[in-house]
Amino acid sequence: MNRRKFLTILGSAGVVSALGTAQVAKASGGTTTYPYYENSYGVLHDTTRCIGCRRCEKACQQVNNLPMPAKPFNDLEVTATKRRTTADAWTVVNRYMIKNPEGGKDKPVFRKLQCYHCNDPACASACFAKCFKKEPSGVVSYDGSQCVGCRYCMVACPFYVPGFQYEEAWDPLVLKCTFCSPRLQKGQLPGCVEACPMGALTFGKRSDLIKIARKRMDKEPAKYVDYLYGEYDAGGTAWMTLSGVPHAELGMDMNLGNRPMGELTAGALGAVPMIIAFWPVLFGGVYGITKCKERLVKKEQEKAIAAAQAQTKQALEAAVENIEKTQGVEAAIQVRQALKTAQQPPSDGSCCCSSKHGEGV
Amino acid sequence: MSGSTHSIVIPTKDKMLNLGEFSLKRPGNQITAVILVVGFILTVIRFTQGIGSITNLDDNAPWGMWIGFDLLCGVSLAAGGYFTTVACYIFGMKHFHSAVRPAITTAFLGYAFVVFALLYDLGHPLRLPYMFFFPGTTSVLFEVGLCVATYLTVLFVEFSVAPMEWLAQKFPFLLKWRKYVIKVTILLTIFGVCLSTLHQSSLGALYLIAPSKLHPLWYSPFIPMFFFVSSMVAGSSMVIFEGMFAHKGVHHYMDATHLREADDVAFSFAKAASFILFGYFMLKFIDMIVQANYYYLFSGYGMWWCIEMLFFVLMPALIYAKGARERNITLCRIGSINAVAGIILNRFNVSMIAFNYQLPASERYFPSIWEICISIFVVTLIVTVYRFIVYHMPVLYEHPNFRDEH
Ligand code: SF4
Ligand code: SF4
Ligand code: SF4
Repeated sequence: MNRRKFLTILGSAGVVSALGTAQVAKASGGTTTYPYYENSYGVLHDTTRCIGCRRCEKACQQVNNLPMPAKPFNDLEVTATKRRTTADAWTVVNRYMIKNPEGGKDKPVFRKLQCYHCNDPACASACFAKCFKKEPSGVVSYDGSQCVGCRYCMVACPFYVPGFQYEEAWDPLVLKCTFCSPRLQKGQLPGCVEACPMGALTFGKRSDLIKIARKRMDKEPAKYVDYLYGEYDAGGTAWMTLSGVPHAELGMDMNLGNRPMGELTAGALGAVPMIIAFWPVLFGGVYGITKCKERLVKKEQEKAIAAAQAQTKQALEAAVENIEKTQGVEAAIQVRQALKTAQQPPSDGSCCCSSKHGEGV
Repeated sequence: MSGSTHSIVIPTKDKMLNLGEFSLKRPGNQITAVILVVGFILTVIRFTQGIGSITNLDDNAPWGMWIGFDLLCGVSLAAGGYFTTVACYIFGMKHFHSAVRPAITTAFLGYAFVVFALLYDLGHPLRLPYMFFFPGTTSVLFEVGLCVATYLTVLFVEFSVAPMEWLAQKFPFLLKWRKYVIKVTILLTIFGVCLSTLHQSSLGALYLIAPSKLHPLWYSPFIPMFFFVSSMVAGSSMVIFEGMFAHKGVHHYMDATHLREADDVAFSFAKAASFILFGYFMLKFIDMIVQANYYYLFSGYGMWWCIEMLFFVLMPALIYAKGARERNITLCRIGSINAVAGIILNRFNVSMIAFNYQLPASERYFPSIWEICISIFVVTLIVTVYRFIVYHMPVLYEHPNFRDEH
């Protein structure tokens, strides 16, 4: 394949995918997807440098005034149990024992978990009260003052990040890592990044971090798995992870795909106007047909009844005339009188269901 | 009611209330009282001590029994409202007419109590209207909320005819309102079916955003369609199911028309439900094949999926088909029990059993006894209010004052 042809294919693929995105954006009213903020910030966690000291956890607790846990932070055995982030612990470091392929001792690898500050966050897409926002700085912010507490954001987050204050009766909120947004605004580093003694956490422009990660992977291909978790996963995240072992072994979900999770619902939401436009037409049409059929049936019925009535009338008339002939005028008059009373319409308008029916409920 | 042999108590101007039926002498009423007291105590605890005080919900399982049963099952089982009105008014099946008012009543109650039960689950129940002030238009939940709120209003208007007929003797101005409502019946029906289509399907669409959490046998891009189709089954089955209980409990409030038409309604709905169930079975089956999920069939979850499909989709379809063909009301009722159980099982599977399937058992959710108690409490409330309505308002019978217009 020559170069030109290759570029053409690439180009058309690009156009197709651009069309695809445009369609998704249009289907959802153009609001599903946040634009990608070129200059947004992120953090790179290099698990090959991480020693599981839990200083980041401690720092997070301190800078955010979160309650201190029962077991102190220098108890490193805590990392052995699989923990997740909660409303009181916005970041956790877990230990994964990796089997040594050549036999011998298992190797511990530590992974830090916090909100990944997705480029186009599932939580923000799912929230029906617009509590979450992807800021141009890269932060996924949460405004608890309008949170209804439905916890759909927690259902939606593919990383199991947001925690809820279940024990709080009056003002329970959804809490997660804030990317230390207040500190960033003051020009400080996030608490956890600042506290890391190993330089395992690197703060910077997301675009730069990707370059840095590439460089590390290229320089030491034996040390790293050639995959930057978060570059594309779930549509890309601001916090990304480098690893020396396959990311799946660190409990990371490798099947999230590279499109934002919110797009999965765009199709369903895009169908809404269709149904609103089409259903009334459909059911209105069916109703029209039903009515029309009813009218026809009624007409037929009336015709049949009229014909039957005419027939009986004739027969009766013939019978009365017969009486007149055989029994005299006197008897005929009596019979006519009786017939007249009998033919009077019944006094209580007996209901005929198929005639008039607008009644609700 | 001259022609009828039933002694229906119709409230009169001087005696608007008919509360004798709630006398505590009967065991049913006593059980109701106990449940209501327990529910009330739990309510106080829930709203003063927080959600965690009586639930097993946690960060991995933010939605439990109250969403899985009260919301998902509640809404789909209240589908009888749109199903019956569409059959009667739009498709002109006039012999369903006596089934419309009971169906609307239960649908209205169902939806009203879905919202009521939701307040228990929300961290900030009073902020529910916030979704209109800060509309998160990208959220499926927003669509659900908007549709349920609108549909509840539609159902309220449709239902309002019954209380108006009851109260009209005291407040004659209601007669005028009643006329207006009746004039727009068709409009309300069409509006109702649009809204129902939307939110019944969106309840399934809620889970579209979590493909990694819901087991592939239940996750599908077509899950909104599955929810909608099964809601039709739920709607028709609930009419039969409820009818069964109504005939036991409030039989003496049914007029001759209702009694005459009731069995026919059951047979027609059984037939419809059987068709839809067969279709639903095919849809799910084809979806499983197309998504190449047959690998999963040989796992525990696969077994469970097969049980759901065979005993809670195919079996009710067959029972219904037989019941409708042989005009056997008992079979139809058994079918309805089976179908309703199937709907509940399906909603439980999606929301709880097959949700978070990748987490180890120790991190999985199982509802606490108190959560179940609140759900029972809500159902009891619905039944109690339903009884109040039936004892006072022309739901199962036609009001003599309005008979001529009918
Ligand atoms: S990791 Fe979860 S909580 Fe954080 S931005 Fe992404 S979706 Fe939202
Ligand atoms: S719990 Fe709060 S933040 Fe989460 S989706 Fe509901 S309203 Fe939004
Ligand atoms: S960025 Fe701040 S809030 Fe987030 S984990 Fe680090 S210290 Fe905690």
